[in-house]
Amino acid sequence: MDLEALPGAVAVVVVAVATLAIGTWGLRFSRTTSDFFVASRTVNPRLNASAIGGEYLSAASFLGIAGLVLTFGADMLWYPVGWTAGYLVLLVLVAAPLRRSGAYTLPDFAEARLGSRGVRHLCSVVVVAIGWLYLVPQFEGAGITLAAAIDAPRWVGPLVVGAVVLVNVSSGGMRSITFVQAFQYWLKLTALLVPVAVLLVIWAGDGAPRPVTPQDWSMPLLGDGAQGLYSTYSLILATFLGTMGLPHVVVRFYTNPDGRAARRTTLVVLALLGIFYVLPPLFAMLGRAYGAADADTLVLELPRLMTDGVLGDVLTGLVTAGAFAAFLSTSSGLAIAVSGVLTQDVTVRRLPDVTAFRVAAVIAVTVPLAASLALPDFGVARAVGLAFAVAASTFCPLLVLGIWWRGLTAAGAIAGLLVGGAGSVGAVAWTLADDASSGWFDVLLGQPAAWSVPVAVTAMVVVSRLTARTVPAHARRFMVRLHTPEALELDR
Amino acid sequence: MRGWRRRALGTEADRATFRTLHQASLASPALREGLTTESSERAARHLRALLGTPSLAITDTAGCLAWDGAGSHHASQMPLLVAATLDRGRTRSFDRGDLPCSHAGCPVRSALVSPLVVDGLIVGSLVALAPSQTAGLARAVDEVATWVSGQLELAELESSRARLAEAEVRALRAQISPHFVYNSLGAIASFVRTDPDRARELLLEFADFTRYSFRRHGEFTTLAEELRSVERYLLLEQARFGERLQVRLSIAPEVLPVAVPFLCIQPLVENAVRHGLEGVDRVGHITITARDRAQDCHIEVEDDGTGEEPEKVRRVLAGDTSIDSVGLGNVDARLRSTYGDDYGLVVETAPGAGTKVIVRVPKFAPGVSA
Repeated sequence: MDLEALPGAVAVVVVAVATLAIGTWGLRFSRTTSDFFVASRTVNPRLNASAIGGEYLSAASFLGIAGLVLTFGADMLWYPVGWTAGYLVLLVLVAAPLRRSGAYTLPDFAEARLGSRGVRHLCSVVVVAIGWLYLVPQFEGAGITLAAAIDAPRWVGPLVVGAVVLVNVSSGGMRSITFVQAFQYWLKLTALLVPVAVLLVIWAGDGAPRPVTPQDWSMPLLGDGAQGLYSTYSLILATFLGTMGLPHVVVRFYTNPDGRAARRTTLVVLALLGIFYVLPPLFAMLGRAYGAADADTLVLELPRLMTDGVLGDVLTGLVTAGAFAAFLSTSSGLAIAVSGVLTQDVTVRRLPDVTAFRVAAVIAVTVPLAASLALPDFGVARAVGLAFAVAASTFCPLLVLGIWWRGLTAAGAIAGLLVGGAGSVGAVAWTLADDASSGWFDVLLGQPAAWSVPVAVTAMVVVSRLTARTVPAHARRFMVRLHTPEALELDR
Repeated sequence: MRGWRRRALGTEADRATFRTLHQASLASPALREGLTTESSERAARHLRALLGTPSLAITDTAGCLAWDGAGSHHASQMPLLVAATLDRGRTRSFDRGDLPCSHAGCPVRSALVSPLVVDGLIVGSLVALAPSQTAGLARAVDEVATWVSGQLELAELESSRARLAEAEVRALRAQISPHFVYNSLGAIASFVRTDPDRARELLLEFADFTRYSFRRHGEFTTLAEELRSVERYLLLEQARFGERLQVRLSIAPEVLPVAVPFLCIQPLVENAVRHGLEGVDRVGHITITARDRAQDCHIEVEDDGTGEEPEKVRRVLAGDTSIDSVGLGNVDARLRSTYGDDYGLVVETAPGAGTKVIVRVPKFAPGVSA
């Protein structure tokens, strides 16, 4: 290992150690009765929102957006906008009722709302599919980062992150996961904010060179025609509606004590994400100004491109730490969510309690790990975008109709999940297998949300209407529970 | 095809038996809900098919609950018939004289009224209405009424079982031990002169503790609420034991919103205080831990007291109430009935080695909400 790699290596080790340390510290923090009240106080919305931000900001946000904007220009700003606005939809339509339903996972919600084990199992399958689809780009990103930071071969990164996540999860889950994830958010924000601030000063000192751009870089939707317009709308739909269907985000809402706290948490998340997502496009702009070439590693290489010496090393170390935190937090959250579902619906019936969770964790991590090693590099942000499309085509209709329409039936939900899931997963599979986006056919499959979401909603509504006699008997009562504040004295 | 099917299902008599049993099985789920207008309406259809009469009615002791088939204008005459049958206590027949009718072609020209008996009390009657009476029909009505009575008795059994479970929770609520009340008040009294502020605080804690414990509504509460009650309990015990009672807590904040059965932790802590401190003359340590375990939440209550014979604990958990550890058995039974047998209490103990009780609660279970 040469001196060039030192900052990156140090950063990776520091993040891993800090993560493990905070995870242990949270529980060891024992108290006596005199401050029992502090010990039994629930997680406040600000801390919980930081934790959601930490879990949510993945490799796609940290590395992918800057690279996409660098290459494709202003059109790609819809990624950060959509990934933030998804929480607005979540806030308005889902956050509080979902918390009041008492569900921990999405399959729990489906079972509570529709009273059907069949829907529950189908939801579990979809959770696993989305989780894996989301994990693959995280591992890919890890490969890219370690390759750029310490010159390791591409397969090292996935193995390192996979191993750390596996140890973490199978040793009983990260102990005090809220603290760990909240720490990760602030780490990621610092790891972008400080370098951007320093680099902007350097840029100003260099006489603020204008970004070298072709004409359509800064103008959205220029010259892409109808296909570009379709892709953009489809992307907007997928990111706006997909957030509510992400398994690792939904479980965090359970930590809120009530529906009101869930709303406040979501509001803070919006602010935190808004601050964070300003930064990657600035990297892209600076990259253009200084002639950066490699999209995927732009964030990691820009500091050394603009300045050298100790400052460049420190900044490189910082962004590497942030990137590593991004894989670690998102992959841990996803691995826990996926192995939880696998434990509950697959392994627990065959194995004893602890073994079941460990076996599930191994399955949850190794499958996407193998996929990330086997599949060709696909672009971190685009792959995550496809996971959003699947979530938007399956869980978004289920949640929105389940919360706001009492006519939803189990048969309708199954039909919608099958149609939306098969459509979007099929499109994703096609796109992953054949990356040539030439004709309308490829464009439609490359961004499926614009057709798969309406189709799924239609299927749910039509089949529910046809099976209107099977609306669960407790639907009305359940609706009352979802939509009345907890403070109201009411027989639920 | 048709011939084969006939042979496979046996003789005409066999098939008649199957039909009868099938009709009966259709009626029984409704009857298992007890005798209400709704359940009667659902059962009447199948019972009429069973008896093969043009119409059939089910009544309670006052009047008609459900009428199935033609001639429902006779429903208003049922109270008289029922009253007459109740007097006699067994099946009675009535003819057209008792059923005045101005409708031409009305099939209801006679009635057979058979009482429905649950626990020796008549709760209603089954009324078969037909153009004419036969001895066969009378016998059939009698038998069907007996069968319906049996089903209603099962319904009664079911509801008394639910009432029993409810009574158990209520018993536990009222089970603040007299010793605890006496000791707490004694400890508070000892502070009244020396430290009136502390005495006042403790009294308020005592009031809050009893208010929570005597709470009337809801089978479930959140872990946060339950722990708050444990806190009050421990404050009161500490007033009595002073430095001899050392408590350590480590609670993962993620699991505080989990819905748990009402009073499922407090009795365990009470047990721990008793085992850890009473009868010994040294400092006792109690540790309460709540962990986040993905889909589940694990709560541990540990003391370093005298410990217990594992065999004795096993008997308590198996429901032996002769042993003075009612809280343990009760909590175990309620956890099992709420979440299934996989979620019973786990007790690790041995004489002289302290006791550790582990409660496992799923974060979500259908029908459970605080």
